[in-house]
Amino acid sequence: MTQESAHVEGQQHPIKLYLLVWGWLFVLSTCSYLVDYFGLEGYLRWSLILLFMVVKAGLIVAVFMHMAWERLALTYAILVPPGAVLLFVAIMAFESDYTHFTRVTFFASGQVSAQNQAVEYQKSSGSEH
Amino acid sequence: MTDSAPPNTLEARAHPGGWQGFAADWSSDQRAFKSATWGKAMIWIFLLSDTFIFSCFLLSYMTVRMSTTAPWPNPSEVFALTIAGRKIPLILIATMTFILISSSGTMAMAVNFGYRRDRVKCAVLMLATAVFGASFVGMQAFEWTKLIMEGVRPWGNPWGAVQFGSCFFLITGFHGTHVSIGVIFLLIIARKVWRGDFDSGRRGFFTSRKGRYEIVETMGLYWHFVDLVWVFIFALFYLW
Repeated sequence: MTQESAHVEGQQHPIKLYLLVWGWLFVLSTCSYLVDYFGLEGYLRWSLILLFMVVKAGLIVAVFMHMAWERLALTYAILVPPGAVLLFVAIMAFESDYTHFTRVTFFASGQVSAQNQAVEYQKSSGSEH
Repeated sequence: MTDSAPPNTLEARAHPGGWQGFAADWSSDQRAFKSATWGKAMIWIFLLSDTFIFSCFLLSYMTVRMSTTAPWPNPSEVFALTIAGRKIPLILIATMTFILISSSGTMAMAVNFGYRRDRVKCAVLMLATAVFGASFVGMQAFEWTKLIMEGVRPWGNPWGAVQFGSCFFLITGFHGTHVSIGVIFLLIIARKVWRGDFDSGRRGFFTSRKGRYEIVETMGLYWHFVDLVWVFIFALFYLW
């Protein structure tokens, strides 16, 4: 299926293709659910979750949203900018890691009053409802 | 603005593909998106901006979850349901996932039948999509009710880090709003398809312009996007 032949009238592809993708999305969702059901932990869990997530997202964008048959001018205009989000993720991962580090250091460094304050704050905010 | 030419002209076929085509399209000093009508280009740009909104929500969730010193509540237990005396982890969320995927499947086929001018099948499939979407929102309302009854608030919850509630309500609430808006538009457009507005050239009540079957694909792009966002929420919020 070339780029141009798919555009005879709008986007026309055989129904079978959609049913096939639908089936795969079911299989992949089941797999990601089973990751939780069997209680996999650690890097195995995270990598499997991300793998199934990316494959599902790819199938939806490529086939259901017909991105596979668009011209590259549109594909790149839409798919490249979200790449900036990955950079943002990296920045915020460093930032939150640092915040966590300062919190652990601050709460554990014998500044009991500050720690008590934090605990009190959590208690009071927890009892508001 | 005259309507952009359909992408199946000789002109469109003359355009090269690949990198050469990419450079040619963007430097052509005309419209850059040769294969897409303005409607499709605009819905994609809208979806791109929506991507950034949801990205920011998920990013803030990541940031507070990584930086909190309190333990994060275990979603597997929080979202478990007891069915027939047995506690099944995350079962409601899994069901919602399958429902949303099914709605995406029916929507994709509705787009296909729309372009084939099979308006009855197109409208029925869109209605099926709307029913799936509405049941998704219903289950979400059930889930919200259950969690609120158990004491989850945006500022606290009985199990751990207080940020859990704010992340949960913000992310699923925004997604549920998207689904609800999608259901409303699905019903509006399904009605137009059913009535044959795009064959008879009947003018829309809001724009007073004639619609085309392309609107079904535009609707489909929005709906698939909602499903796409759920894929990320399911993986990053519920499974992580």
